[in-house]
Amino acid sequence: MSGLAVTEAELHAHVDGLMPEARRVEIEEYLAAHAGDAQRVRAWRDQNQALRALFDPVLSESLPVRLRKPALRRRMQPLLRYAAVLAWLGLGIVAGWYLHDYNIAKSGDTVAFAHRAVIAHVVYSPEVRHPVEVGADQEAHLVAWLSKRIGGSLKVPQLATLGYQLVGGRLLPGNQGPAAQFMFQDGSGQRLTLYVRNGAGDNKETAFRYTQERGISVFYWVDGKFGYAISGEIDKDDLLRVAQVIYRQLNP
Amino acid sequence: MDGRDRDFIQHLPRLRRYARALTGDRGRADDLVQDTLERALVKFHLWQPGSDLRAWLFTIMHNVFINQLRAGAGTVIMPLDDETVQPAIRATQSDRLEVLDLQIALSRLPEEQREVLLLVGLEQMTYDEAAGVLGIPIGTVMSRLSRARERLRALLAGSGAQPALKVVK
Repeated sequence: MSGLAVTEAELHAHVDGLMPEARRVEIEEYLAAHAGDAQRVRAWRDQNQALRALFDPVLSESLPVRLRKPALRRRMQPLLRYAAVLAWLGLGIVAGWYLHDYNIAKSGDTVAFAHRAVIAHVVYSPEVRHPVEVGADQEAHLVAWLSKRIGGSLKVPQLATLGYQLVGGRLLPGNQGPAAQFMFQDGSGQRLTLYVRNGAGDNKETAFRYTQERGISVFYWVDGKFGYAISGEIDKDDLLRVAQVIYRQLNP
Repeated sequence: MDGRDRDFIQHLPRLRRYARALTGDRGRADDLVQDTLERALVKFHLWQPGSDLRAWLFTIMHNVFINQLRAGAGTVIMPLDDETVQPAIRATQSDRLEVLDLQIALSRLPEEQREVLLLVGLEQMTYDEAAGVLGIPIGTVMSRLSRARERLRALLAGSGAQPALKVVK
């Protein structure tokens, strides 16, 4: 059937296996009679095979983490997501309005405060023999002493419900004067420290803020005249629970 | 939306394979896949349930790829019109053309030809599907495919003995 007309498009479709069976036979006959086209078709087929041989191994590579993340990241419905974005935006505007002046004056200072709390945690929490200056067995004395030194009536939160017992406390130099550190420990030896300073001013209340430094999680906040920072090498959510308990106890 | 994530992940290996062949670079390829996924998540409400998710994802990847090319610093993209006369590779060039590795040869194809060649040859899409993904008529798919294959053949053979495209009507 050498007189058969075959189009270029059909030759490609033949290579790509997209021709109906009946037509395939006719094209094979055509190619048998046209060596030049047969050679091209063979080369194209080789190209397809070479491409798959070269790139198919990608199919069995394990997926990099960053490609698994985006798909799993957003579980919210689009509408809900927009609502959440709007809510956060609104919250940001309101918070920005109220905290504007405060932030300008204080944000650098509170960050430095959290930083000092972390340093104090890193220095004293691994201490085996002298983690505190005054032990929990002298709690009343500890509280009276530290209250007097930092200038205000301190209270020690009870964290027994969360599994933490008071170890004791110590006096530390802060960037605005003396600061106090209370140390807590759970059954496994995990230690948390609560760093308290007297803000010495008309500090308003702030929300919890979170930072992480050197693997230490810190929640810090200002409540009246005191600034608090709770630090520990524990999960953010667990630490938040601790921070909330402390906050509630100190604000009966 | 766990079903959607699972569906996306199911297509990830093929998106990566195509992106790798398209860009010739692992990092760039995964960037392309990541950008594609993020865009797909944002635009997911536009996807019509029941339609081909693979084709939809490849379409997004094509758009992201084209946008990246256009935005590419210092890269000037000169799309070759299908009517552009392709100079025939003359026999006198044969001794100067070395035999090229497939990946290098691929990178020497214009992007638009590379895309068609890979969607058809590697991804094994039908010409209709490729036309849909690239947003071009099927006739354009055919002419690009033809040019791509002939050029690749010339590059791989390292031979100048290729005749200019012969159109059998």
